[in-house]
Parts: sequence; C-alpha cells; structure tokens
Amino acid sequence: MLTYTIRRLILAIPTLLFISFIIFLIVKLSPSDPTAGLPLTIPPEVREQIRESLGVNDPVLVQYFKWLKLMVWDEPLHLVEDWTGWQIAPDGPRIISYQTRSPVMDLIVQRMPQTLWVVGTSYIVGILIALPLGIISAYRQYSVFDQVGTFISMVGFSVPTFFTGVLFIVIFAVHLGWFPSVYDTTHEVTDWDSFVVQVKQIIMPVMVLGLYNASQISRYMRASMLDNLNQDYVRTARAKGLGERVVVLVHVLRNSMIPVITVIALNIPAVFGGAIITEQVFKVNGIGQLLIIAIQGGDVPVVQTVSVIFAVLIVLFNLIADVLYGVLDPRIRYD
Amino acid sequence: MKRYSLLLGATALALAPAAAMADRGSSGHLNIIYWQAPSTLNPYLSGGTKEVESASLILESLARFDDTGTMVPWLAESIPTVENGGVSEDLTSITWTIGEGITWSDGTALTSADFVFTWEYCTHPEGGCAQASYFDGVTSVEAVDDRTVRVNFGAPTPFPYTSFVGSESPVIQAAQFADCLGARAPECTEANFGPIGTGPFVVDEFRPNDVIEMSANPNFRFPDRPYFGTVTFKGGGDATAAARSVCETGEFDYAWNLQIDPTILADMEAQGNCTVVTAFGTSVERLHLNQTNPDAALGDIRSTAEAGPHPFLTNPVIGQAMSMAIDRALLVEIGYGAGGQPTCNVLPAPDLYASTANDACLTQDIAGANALLDEAGIVDTDGDGIREYEGTPLSVLYQTSTNAVRQDTQALVKEWWSQIGIDTELRNIDASVFFGGDPASPDTFQKFYADIEMYTNNFAGVDPQAYMANWACDEWPGPNTQWQGSNIQRFCSEEYDALIVEMAGTADLERRGEIARMQNDMLVQSYSIIPLIHRGGVSAHASSIEGIRMSDWDSELWNIMDWRRAE
Repeated sequence: MLTYTIRRLILAIPTLLFISFIIFLIVKLSPSDPTAGLPLTIPPEVREQIRESLGVNDPVLVQYFKWLKLMVWDEPLHLVEDWTGWQIAPDGPRIISYQTRSPVMDLIVQRMPQTLWVVGTSYIVGILIALPLGIISAYRQYSVFDQVGTFISMVGFSVPTFFTGVLFIVIFAVHLGWFPSVYDTTHEVTDWDSFVVQVKQIIMPVMVLGLYNASQISRYMRASMLDNLNQDYVRTARAKGLGERVVVLVHVLRNSMIPVITVIALNIPAVFGGAIITEQVFKVNGIGQLLIIAIQGGDVPVVQTVSVIFAVLIVLFNLIADVLYGVLDPRIRYD
Repeated sequence: MKRYSLLLGATALALAPAAAMADRGSSGHLNIIYWQAPSTLNPYLSGGTKEVESASLILESLARFDDTGTMVPWLAESIPTVENGGVSEDLTSITWTIGEGITWSDGTALTSADFVFTWEYCTHPEGGCAQASYFDGVTSVEAVDDRTVRVNFGAPTPFPYTSFVGSESPVIQAAQFADCLGARAPECTEANFGPIGTGPFVVDEFRPNDVIEMSANPNFRFPDRPYFGTVTFKGGGDATAAARSVCETGEFDYAWNLQIDPTILADMEAQGNCTVVTAFGTSVERLHLNQTNPDAALGDIRSTAEAGPHPFLTNPVIGQAMSMAIDRALLVEIGYGAGGQPTCNVLPAPDLYASTANDACLTQDIAGANALLDEAGIVDTDGDGIREYEGTPLSVLYQTSTNAVRQDTQALVKEWWSQIGIDTELRNIDASVFFGGDPASPDTFQKFYADIEMYTNNFAGVDPQAYMANWACDEWPGPNTQWQGSNIQRFCSEEYDALIVEMAGTADLERRGEIARMQNDMLVQSYSIIPLIHRGGVSAHASSIEGIRMSDWDSELWNIMDWRRAE
C-alpha cells in the first residue's frame, strides 16, 4: 500500500507539470487583456506601459518558467513563513496579481476561510441530508417517500444554483426579510449574538449548495443500497434472525458506503474550489469569486495559480479516494 | 477653500434644521455597494472606475468638479487663473497654493513635496502608471515653498487643470510611497491597500476584490465632518442585486452604476425605500461608420488607408438617412431609462460646448430618410428590397460588444434600416476582446473589420480639447501603430485638423466653446459618426441619506463628507 501510494505521488508530478503548462497556455493564448476593463479615456500608450510593467509582453515560455519557479519554491516558503513565523522565505519577487498588484497567495489565503466555511458547511449539510434520504429511499423502494425523495433530488440536481439562489433571496430576504442577501465577510463570531448573525447570513448559501450536493449524493447512496439489499448475504443475515435495524444499518449500510465514500472524497476538491455562481449570488467573496473576477479581468497569474491548486487537490483526493477504497474493502489491494 | 466654504455655507443655510446638530460621525454607519469590487486603493496602479472612486474617499486632489462640472478648490486655496496670476501669461505654468493647515490622516503636514513626489511616482518609466495622461506635457513639478506647487508645461497649455485635479490624479504621501517608485510599485502592497490620505476617511481594513472598512479621518480639516463615522464599501455581485440591496432589503445605503432594465429599476424605486439619482457627463453611445473599405477580400489591408474609401458610407447622404431612421427616444425608453437621453452630438456637455445645430435628428423620420435616398438616386434597381449605390447594395455589418442593451438596440436599428432599404447583418463580440486592444485579434474595435460599430466613449474632466483631437487625420489606427489610434471611423478633414491646432493655442473660454461646437458639427454632419444616446451614471441611495450631489465629472462620491442620514 505504501509503495503504491509513493508510486502514485511520484507519477503525479509530471501530470501536474503537464496540467499547469496546459492551463497556462489556455489562459495565455485566449484573447484577454488586463487593460481591457479600463475606461476608454485611458490612452493606448498608457495601456501599453501598463502591460509592459506587468510583464505581459515577455515571451510565453519565460513567463511560464518564472511562474513555475515561484510556484514550487518561493510561494510554499512564504506560506510556511506565514503559518510558523520562521524567517525562511526568500526576498525576491512573488507571483503578483495583475489586478491588485499584490501577491496571489495572500489573496488565496484571505479567501480560503470564507469558501471553506460556506462551501464546506454546505457539503456536510448535503451529506447529512443525503445519507438518510438515500437509505430510506432504497429500503422502501417505490414508496411515497422514495417517489418524493426522487422528485426533490431530481429538482435539486437539475435546477441551477443561480436560479435557486436568487429565488431564495427574493423569498427569504426581500419578502420575508429573515436573512441578509449580502454575505458580510468581515463579520467575526465573538459571542452568541454574533454567532446568530453568522448563522443567519450563512444559511441561504449553505442551503442552496447543500440541496444541490444532497441530491447528487443521495442518488449514489440509494443506488448502492439497492445493489446490496438484494445480495445473498442480506438474506443470510435475515435468515439468521437478525433484526431489520441490524441488517440494514450494519450489514447493508457498511457495504453500501464504499462507493459513496469514494464519491464524497472525490468531490472534496470542489469544496476548496468554491462555488463560483453561489459565491457570486450571495457575495461570499471566496475562491470561486476570486477566480471569476480574475478570468474577467484577464488576470493570468491568479487564474493560473488557482487552477493549478485545484489540479493539485484533485490529483491528491483521487489518490486518497483510491487508498480509502483499499482500506474500506480489504478484498482490494494495490500491491 | 474660500469659495468652497462659501458654497458650503449656502448649503448649510438651506439645510439648517437638519444640519444644526450634525457633528463628525453623528450619522453613524454608511453601507456602500459597488457591484464591481475595488482591486486596490492606489488609483495610479489601476485606472478602473471602482478603484478611482473608492480611493476618492481617502485621497484628494487640489480641485474637484462638482455636479455641474464647475471646478471647486479642494486642497487648494483657490483656482489659479490668468487673471489672478496663478496661470502664467504664456500659459506654460500653473501655480497652486495649498490650503493652510491641511494634514495627512497621520497628522503630518501636507506639503508641496508630496505633489512633486506624486508627479515623479506617476511618470516613472517603469511604473506603468494608469493615470500618466494627466501628466502629459508636464515638464516638471516644483515646490516653490512648502505650500506652493508649480506645474510647468513644455508648451502653452490653455487648459492646465489636469495634473492634481479631479479624482484620477490625487496626491499621495511621499513618506509612505518613497520606496515604491517604478518597478517596485507592486511590492508596496501595504501602501497600495491602505494609502494615507487627506480625505474624510481612513482605511481600517482592505480586502482586495471584496470589501473596504473605513472610519472618519480624525485629522480631517473640517472638524464637523464627515457626518458618517464609519463606511463599509462592499464589492461584488451584479447590478440588479446591488439595486435590490438598497431598494428592497435596505441592507445598503448607496449602490453604484445600476445599468439594469429600466422597468425593473423603476419598480424598485416605486416601493419608496430608495431614490434613483443620475448624473450626465460626456458619455455618448454612438455609431461609427467606417470610412475605409473593410471588405474581407482585401485581407490585411482592409479598414486601413490602403484599402481605399468605403464603397458607400463615405457618402454623407446615406449616413444621414441612417441617422434619420433611428428613433432615439425609443432606444432610451427600452434600454436606458433614467440613465439616457437622446442626443445628436458627439460632444453633449458641458453646456458651453454643446451644439444645438443637429437637434433635428431627435425625431425619427423614416419617410424623410427614404425621400432623401430616392432624391440622391440611391434606389433599389434589382427589386430585392435593398438599395444600391453605384452598383453596390447597401448591406452593412454592424458590430458591438456583447451586452443585453446593445443587442436590443442593434435589433431595433436593423429593423428601422430595413425600412429604408438597408440590409444589416448583426454581430456582437465579448467586451474583453472588443475593447481588449490585442493587435493580434481581428475583433477589436480599433481594427474595425466591419461597416458600422457601436460603443460608448467619453472623456474625463471638463475640457474637450484632447478628446476632439481624437479625430485628427494622423490618429487613424493601422498596422504601423499596432492598431493604436483614436480616430476609429477613419475620419479625415484638413479643416478639422486646423481647428485642432487652433484649439491648442486658444485660452479664451468663449472661443474654445465655439471651436469645440464647430468640431462637433463637422464630425456629426460628415455622418461618419451617428450619436445616439447621451448616457449618464445611474445610482440609487436609501431615501434616508441626504446631501448627495452626484457628479459625472469627478468621482460620484466626491462630496461624501457632506452626506448625512436624515433624522
């Protein structure tokens, strides 16, 4: 198992280099210009000077290798320095955003908590809704509960979050006035009252995303439960006289969780990726919103860095899912 | 300051009952939402409106433009003119006196050295300063004494109020930015995100592309202002959501740039929680009619001088008919609402420069347009419903950026033109490409690989000299200039160029107005440009906020120190 993990990690390096280069080329070769968003009153000579000072006009390969060197060496050291206070980071240049002219890593570090809070909570909420929904739906297949559950998850899966998000705002913020429509990213939880405020402002984005996640996972859960419920070992368990509760929740559930956990693990990078649309709708200024603003503004360093971090997370969680699979199901061994 | 105090005195008198009790911070907290979030607070590193306007709460300039476009002394004691000796007789220098006792928010004195430094900062060759055009023609900025700054120009400059005037060229603190010159500018993140200013507010926290927390500047020169103690400047989302947060949920007090469906905005305003405010500057949505041949068969030389004149758009009769066929009032009603007015001028404001010679275009006249074309012998000879001019059918490719209002306008105009026998093909291009200026892209507005294109342009400040010089013959974009150039429709007239030269040497305001109006009329009557809509800024504020005087000539938050919440 260990050899397998190490082999996979080493193989991931060329994969990531390749991904980062492809992302870089896509972003670089697409027609975008960091000065395009400026007012037309700014003359072309000044625009050219701005592009020059940003280094946009350097050869593509030079830009890529400059970025790569900073990404794999300087920036991790800066991160470590931020967390530990050790003076180890080199003084040289950093990956600088075109729009803010500040280090890209600082932007990511600043936005990560919002994203983790909102998207992470919604993922947990989604799982908490999905598991019981999937289990009961499968156990009582074709019952009213199953039909309603299937309908809701189909709706949740097919209706886009930019629609549910705005619908929630119109109902709960505009008409009922229960929750704020704009997420206050500067709010700090210090006591009970501020905690209530935090819950109020987080509830709408969390529910919008949570419903979407729940619909996805509950379908997997239901399908996996159905596969197992008809297996011989279930009949054996019942024949031995075990109670239904034990049969379903211990024997069937444990076996059904294997593929579901894989799915959950594979989707975790999406939590870090944020939810571009939901973040935009509720103005939760997380990673997703950072990425979309950067794309619109032609801010290559931000797009590049954020995308590559996603790529790293996806490769990493794929590996984790594979390893978990082996742990959960002893029949599977990679060595 | 004298004039400003007078002005304020008058305002204070008018609002005496409300203002009597007002004190610094007495109005509490103000929530502003800009649906595009500021990326930095250093306007010299980003020319975007969102950055310039958010920074205008902190950084100030010597003079500003009020809601009527009138210059008011701000950090300066008074506006220098030739009459009061502030502007030299030969128009090559302007001398400003800084108001007495003005300090930075950290308590140190504002001196002329800060202005000299600001000039050095922005004109550093490696800095990529976004506002460099404000220092065009400036040969030096000198500190005569602690409170006197002289800006020297290389040539006579009849309108010297560019450097350090308005929200786009404010003064920054020399002490704070001393190590940030040139290529080192981006390294000064702390200074760029939290500039020390002389303005009514100081930055408490800045989160790029997200939110700014500000509080009243304790060292502000007016002891009773700003009336708001703290400000949250939130960014992000979209225009409709921003309007909703002011007009429906009341979470915010001020929302900027609400270019949304006019009926939606009107419905929101009707609920009574907010007031929609507009300010008109110089923005005009216009059609440019390509005067060169954009035929794709010409390959790389199309839309350049080498391609030769356009087969029919160089004939003003056709352009005139196209203009007459357009119902500008309907375009305003459908797409712009309070944020637009029909116009027939490319230079619609300030009043001094606005011509009235072309106002006939305000009424749609399809019959007249048809008659005009018939009279000129431009008729449909082959019976396909499309007129021909010297054998060429009047078929045009009409392009603009992707934007719901622009596509509505395109569809309407296409319909009207079909009624006068002109066939129109529509095209829209993503704004970041269209305005991107990438010389390798065939789709930029400068390349103009189409017959007609539509967008909005304007100029900053109140003086049209540089703007009207955009249409000089040598300003044509082309391959020799990497497609840079501001004469987009490739207009050229010797007479016009002569007016540009005359304007550059005329200081008398009346005569300048006359020249600008003549230039406007020449352009418009050449029908190489068809002005459509005079566009204004549209914002909304909570009904409880008083004192807002929205200006399109400066930051629309220019007088935020006077804003207050009604009792």
